[in-house]
Amino acid sequence: MKDTPLSNCERQFLLKTIEERKRLDGRETYDYRNIKITFGVDYGFCMVDLGKTKVMSQVSCELATPKETRPSEGMLFTTVELSPMASPAFEANKQSELLVKLNRQLERCLRTSKCFDMESLCIVSGEKVWRINVDVHVLNHDGNLMDAVSIVAITSLSHFRRPEVSIQGQEFTVHTAEERDPIPLSIYHMPISVSFAFFQQGSYLLVDPNDSEEKVMEGLLVIAMNKHREICFIQSSGGIMLLKKQVTRCSDIASVKVLEITELIQKALEKDRKARKDDDKFSFAESLPKEQITAQKLKEAPLEKMDIQETASEIINKANISPSTQGEHSPVLHAGGVGQVGEGITSSWGLEEDIEEEGEMEEKTTVKKTKRKGDVIVISDSEEEDIVVLN
Amino acid sequence: MFASFKDKIGEAVLPGDVFTLELPSPENKAKAEKLICGPGLRRDGDNVSVCKCGVLRHKPPNVFWIDSQQKRYVPVKGEAVIGIVTAKSGDIFKVDVGGSELASLSYLAFEGATKRNRPNVQVGDLVFGQFLIANKDMEPELVCIDSCGRANGMGVFGEGGLLFRVSLGLVRRLLVPQSELLAELSALFPCELVVGLNGRVWVKAASTQHTLILANLLQSAENMTAKQRQQLFRKVADGAL
Repeated sequence: MKDTPLSNCERQFLLKTIEERKRLDGRETYDYRNIKITFGVDYGFCMVDLGKTKVMSQVSCELATPKETRPSEGMLFTTVELSPMASPAFEANKQSELLVKLNRQLERCLRTSKCFDMESLCIVSGEKVWRINVDVHVLNHDGNLMDAVSIVAITSLSHFRRPEVSIQGQEFTVHTAEERDPIPLSIYHMPISVSFAFFQQGSYLLVDPNDSEEKVMEGLLVIAMNKHREICFIQSSGGIMLLKKQVTRCSDIASVKVLEITELIQKALEKDRKARKDDDKFSFAESLPKEQITAQKLKEAPLEKMDIQETASEIINKANISPSTQGEHSPVLHAGGVGQVGEGITSSWGLEEDIEEEGEMEEKTTVKKTKRKGDVIVISDSEEEDIVVLN
Repeated sequence: MFASFKDKIGEAVLPGDVFTLELPSPENKAKAEKLICGPGLRRDGDNVSVCKCGVLRHKPPNVFWIDSQQKRYVPVKGEAVIGIVTAKSGDIFKVDVGGSELASLSYLAFEGATKRNRPNVQVGDLVFGQFLIANKDMEPELVCIDSCGRANGMGVFGEGGLLFRVSLGLVRRLLVPQSELLAELSALFPCELVVGLNGRVWVKAASTQHTLILANLLQSAENMTAKQRQQLFRKVADGAL
């Protein structure tokens, strides 16, 4: 089935809003949509929501013979799958251009950047090594799949634990999780990709484009970076000419975004670890909001029919007590193992502010200039109207 | 005769629920009443079974239907929808209406169109039309004229405006005569609003900011109570005016 086509009316409106530095969902130019990271019961299962985009990843390991060229290194295989459930435009088991691009970029992001210690995955050199498989499934597509995929892949890798192996001479035994605690992979750094969409020959840029913005964009620049500001890969598509200044500016923005996301991932991992250690509630099912109709319930009291006359007056006296105090409260527990930002925060896209601002624009610009002197680029600050013209 | 229905009006029903009709005895056939089953109800011998989950509604004297929430559109004859022209082939346009199949639209089905005088429709344009043919076995056919050959509000959309999607339930709420939601919305900003029964809404206001606000308000009004909605609208009105 084909995807719903984008009408001329939507295209024109989108381009017009971008020119006016607004976005359909009320975000600012450099804002990401809400990111929510959820873990499953198993190690290595992770789900990431980026606005309405939803991806899932499961890491698994198996024993394999290493490549002859690298006998003492483990192997890493990544696969991305686009199911037709995510978008009507995707077809099952069909190699599309987008799928090939995502697979290739994820491989570059994880394997080529050497984000974890491959040599520690070796058991017997040249004979047995661990092979790590990262299977990413796209559950819902609302644009910017690459960023969601890179976040989910590195998070599930950091969450994953492999069985411990002990070696005696040439013999080795793989211990089950009951015998010995499984051990995590040694992650060196977390490469995270940040996507920039360009419009009007590169005069306007947007971070984290959603589906409709992706449909009208002219060029896309993807920068994968870790929090040490090391670029892991950089990819420009759409055949747009970018200036050196634009690319360096994008990498500056990316470094700030990557720092934020890495912090979020680490917070989520830490929360999950703590919940598991304390035998608290964790996993995906716990993170879903419980939509209960009844927040309180009353215990059934056995009815006593003897000496009704005597107790009648007592009951009348007691009746003053409101029923709510007798109700048994069952508060909704907040789940562990969930790291998320922005949930419940009201969008500050300025129904009021923007219109007010029009009048006060002149005053504000002078204030901003003095503010900028601090030379700290706060990119996600949605209060400021940053100037986005790049050339 | 409709006793079993009458108790359930306004209540939620589920697929598989069965209403039995107490048919009058053959002697007094003259008293037999007609029952009209709307969407979600299906006749099944002497019974009427439910095939959608939703709330049972009734319109006197004898119309019953189920008010359900869904996003997928199924074309129905006579419904007015917003379509996107996806292809031009010979003398017909292929129009995406959100259904399982593309609808066809003849170039002659516009007001004042003749073989010489073709309407100016480009690929990607929006059209507002109604279904002439819509059944499960045939390709749906749209027309942009009524039975008298008048446009009657239908046709190709002009420049500007924003198209977005909402659920089918919200669209029906908007189109109810004296719709509260619509009245509140029109009190906020003056705007042009086209509502298609296929869940597409086109809105155009004085500025892009107003259009954006209206679109976002409509999309968020879906799951709000009347009180919450009024509160939000008041906030917008205070902030914007």
